[in-house]
Amino acid sequence: MSVAPAEVERPDTKQETAPDLPWVTIVWNDPVNLMSYVTYVFQTVFGYAKPKAEKLMLDVHHKGRAVVSSGAREAMERDAETLHGYGLWATISHDS
Amino acid sequence: MAGFRRSGHGATARFASAQAAIIRDLVGQVVELVGADNLDEGADEAADLRGAALAEDGPIEADDLAAMIGLTENADLPDDPVLARLLPDAYQDDPEASGDFRRYTEQGLRSGKVAAARTVLATLPPQGGRIRLSEPEAQAWLRALNDVRLALGVRLEVTDDFEEQVASMGPGDPRSPYIGVYQWLAFLQETLVHALS
Repeated sequence: MSVAPAEVERPDTKQETAPDLPWVTIVWNDPVNLMSYVTYVFQTVFGYAKPKAEKLMLDVHHKGRAVVSSGAREAMERDAETLHGYGLWATISHDS
Repeated sequence: MAGFRRSGHGATARFASAQAAIIRDLVGQVVELVGADNLDEGADEAADLRGAALAEDGPIEADDLAAMIGLTENADLPDDPVLARLLPDAYQDDPEASGDFRRYTEQGLRSGKVAAARTVLATLPPQGGRIRLSEPEAQAWLRALNDVRLALGVRLEVTDDFEEQVASMGPGDPRSPYIGVYQWLAFLQETLVHALS
């Protein structure tokens, strides 16, 4: 996969994307989901401030996908499950 | 139709009876489609439907609202493109991991979508009128409207060049009658996002 367009730090952790956090959640572009809705979901699910949520949304829109979270595999599966609940197209990858 | 606006921590909007009927119909179809496996008493029936869906791979009757969101079921990534979009694989190139993920999460995902859809049905009277939604109800509406739009988007084969698609559709295109509904639902969802933001 390409370089993550936007690395995100979780509000509840000091760690940044690092070798010990090898899994990522990716959100893919979708012709149906509204830009405002995707931004809202990133704010609601991850607690991101609006500018960060908007930047991630624009990355998804323009680049086709964006890494929206990184961490342990189980945490990424929870993120993907939550995003699927909102109707976003999310997948999990091993960021090797 | 002014869409939603903020009301306290929630949102409010007024619907004509015809608008309420459209929303209730489409949301009801999502319940039927996504909730097929959740109805314990209907398990046998669901199995029959599954068999029937596999047996006859018929064309979609695009002029029938009820056919816009068809009913089918699959243990893996659903064959039905609408269900596949609503219940996607979590791993792109790893069917085994996707299968494991699905086994653990799909029922919960289905239940959540059905619960959101039922919130819409419970808060939108068939005759329409002004509705006031609490914040949790409004959030359920957001997700349910999105699921309906995803389903319609798949059936209408919406792409990133939607405007051009619509412009090039002839008057006889069976998708034409639903374009307006799809666009109206987008407007509605947009106003609801802003009401909650």
